[in-house]
Amino acid sequence: MVPLSYYLILSGILFACGVTGFLIKRNLITIFMSIELMLNGVNLSFVAFAAQWHALSGQIFVFFVMVVAAAEAAVGLAIIIAIFRTRETLNVDQVNLLKL
Amino acid sequence: MTPNLHLWLIPLLPLAGAAINGFLGKRSSRPAVSTVALVFSGAAFAMALWVVSQFSSLTLPYIETLAPWIRAGSFQVDFAFYLDQLSLIMLLIVTGVGFLIHIYSVGYMWEEGGFYRFFTYLNLFMFFMLTLILASNYLLMFIGWEGVGLVSYLLIGFYFLRDSAASAGKKAFIVNRVGDFGFLIALFLLIKHFGSLNYAELAHAIAPLHIETHAGLFTAIGILLMVGAAGKSAQIPLYVWLPDAMEGPTPVSALIHAATMVTAGVYMVSRSHVIFDRAPSALTVVAIIGTLTAFFAATIGVTQTDIKKVLAYSTVSQLGYMFMGCGVGAFSAGVFHLMTHAFFKGLLFLAAGSVIHAVGGEQDMRKMGGLRTKIPWTFWTMTAGTFAIAGIPPLAGFFSKDEILWQASRVSLVYWGVGVFTAFLTSFYMFRQWFLTFFGEYRGEAHSGHGHDSHGHDSHGHDSHGHGGVHESPAVMLGPLVVLAILSVVGGWVGIGNRFENFLAPVFHSTATISADSFDAPAAESTSTASPAAESSNPEPKNEESEKSTELVFTAISVGAGVLGFLLAWQLYYRRPGLPAEIAAKLGGLYYTVLNKYYVDEIYAAVIVKPLIALSSAVLWQGIDRGIIDATLDGSAEGAREVSDSMRHMQSGNIRSYAGWVAAGAACIIVFMAWIALAAPWAAK
Repeated sequence: MVPLSYYLILSGILFACGVTGFLIKRNLITIFMSIELMLNGVNLSFVAFAAQWHALSGQIFVFFVMVVAAAEAAVGLAIIIAIFRTRETLNVDQVNLLKL
Repeated sequence: MTPNLHLWLIPLLPLAGAAINGFLGKRSSRPAVSTVALVFSGAAFAMALWVVSQFSSLTLPYIETLAPWIRAGSFQVDFAFYLDQLSLIMLLIVTGVGFLIHIYSVGYMWEEGGFYRFFTYLNLFMFFMLTLILASNYLLMFIGWEGVGLVSYLLIGFYFLRDSAASAGKKAFIVNRVGDFGFLIALFLLIKHFGSLNYAELAHAIAPLHIETHAGLFTAIGILLMVGAAGKSAQIPLYVWLPDAMEGPTPVSALIHAATMVTAGVYMVSRSHVIFDRAPSALTVVAIIGTLTAFFAATIGVTQTDIKKVLAYSTVSQLGYMFMGCGVGAFSAGVFHLMTHAFFKGLLFLAAGSVIHAVGGEQDMRKMGGLRTKIPWTFWTMTAGTFAIAGIPPLAGFFSKDEILWQASRVSLVYWGVGVFTAFLTSFYMFRQWFLTFFGEYRGEAHSGHGHDSHGHDSHGHDSHGHGGVHESPAVMLGPLVVLAILSVVGGWVGIGNRFENFLAPVFHSTATISADSFDAPAAESTSTASPAAESSNPEPKNEESEKSTELVFTAISVGAGVLGFLLAWQLYYRRPGLPAEIAAKLGGLYYTVLNKYYVDEIYAAVIVKPLIALSSAVLWQGIDRGIIDATLDGSAEGAREVSDSMRHMQSGNIRSYAGWVAAGAACIIVFMAWIALAAPWAAK
């Protein structure tokens, strides 16, 4: 049986990749994918713990996260398309309207 | 059965007049404005006369409570009015002389700008002065006291475009503030020790207290009250504002700065006689201040050349007489002189106004002369006033001044001696004015009605008169002059046979007997100070004969002083007009010291005003206001701006930097949680 620590390390690596991608990439779609990566990193640790402690609540939580992620993907992609239509770019450095 | 007098109407009538003129006067015509002012001040006078007619059926003191004002525990102050013999006399003086001066002002101010403003202030003054007089407690009196100060300020600065008038108003206001400070502290002391400010309650509370046990307290209160009185009534050391107050229109000088407001201090001291009777040292202070003021002001009056300035110093000097009277315990003599002074000094000011009017705004007596035949009405009325103030019998001033001097002589011959010498000076400077103005050759420019701009007092309001040459004033101005002249002649006769004193005796008597009782045991000094008040109401029969003859001798001496003053003035200013200049040259420095009013203004400026301004500008303004208060505000504003400026850069609009902040925040939280779990002092080990 694979030890718990392996799962957690992989989960941490996935999450770190997601954070790094989120911070350094400029393309909105890539950033979006990085968010998915972080979510899945967390999901992995949830199921790992659930398997370790034989507790179903972890698994159920993962379903919830997936549902939210799917909804977020739908809304997020719609926003991305709207941004591309108005500004004709997906470079976040040029989409800097979130300020006073 | 005491009838309801509705005393509250008396002050409120002029207030109504002031309100009507103040709000509507700007759009009203001059006749309408003067009608309103005259009707309301005349109604107040009529009310006062009606009160006199009801007076015999009253139980005195008559107190009329309108409404509660301040209720704080056992301390309470009401809107209430108080009528006794003293306030009745003041009431008649203020409404009567006030009404006459209102009439006169209609003629005097007719050509002036700000006609409605003038009458609004004048009516407002009547309101405050009547409140002062009729109040039944010190706090309500203080309202009137401050109110007349305010109106005095407004009217001194009536020609506010002229810098000297504006600053004279300020000076009067500020100097009065010094006195008011003393008055207020005295009121606080009264509240602290007696828990009341009502005259009746205070008299009741104070009556059983004996001088041996409470002399310190009463002396303190008495001296503080005197500080207040000195401010309002222009006594040393606070008299400096009154001569400058002559910047106001002449009717104002007559009403406020001669007849009524400046006598408020005398009234207040007389009203507080219960306290002063128990404070012989305070009474001595009052007498000394009064005597000194009478003397110094009279000497300054001798050298003045401005017709109104002479009268101003004369007023200060006469007020000194009143305080001398109060200070020797003869309050009724002080009030008597207050009354006659209101007549003849009001008259003199109005006549001086008529002279100024006649010569087209000129106030310098050296440019007058020979006006006797040109303005005969003014001449004869002013003559009555001059003889009255000089103490020539049987005119008003003789009776009251003689009464004061006689009472003073029974306390100390020093007061009497200075008083008699002052009487000589008074007579001298008044006749000097009389001769300079009305006799000899006319020394002004021909047709001085025009070309006023060349005069020293060029901005005086009368410059707008479009007439030429010397001319008599209109009847509306002469009427009040004649009435006041008659009063100046006969006004003193009420004092014959001590009738005036006996009339006032109930006011001052009750405490006089008490103080006589309490003076049985203590030191001789206190007896000598306050006993005249007691004796005068109960003269000892065995001394009566010798006293009568002594009184006659003293009277003869004071009359002689007056006649001597007349003769000297006649010699110097009528027979040999060149002589005064020679004498002035011989006296040299002394003459110039007196001419410059002993440099008191300059000394005050150097000792008090300049250091105060330096302190205010260097420490209070630059140091505290700029350095601390402004710096704190500016600093906090600047700090907030700088902090916001640096925070602003966090919100760049760059989404990746936002993500960075989120990540950094999350990292901080994780580190903090780890620290709590592993390294914190309370971590579970």
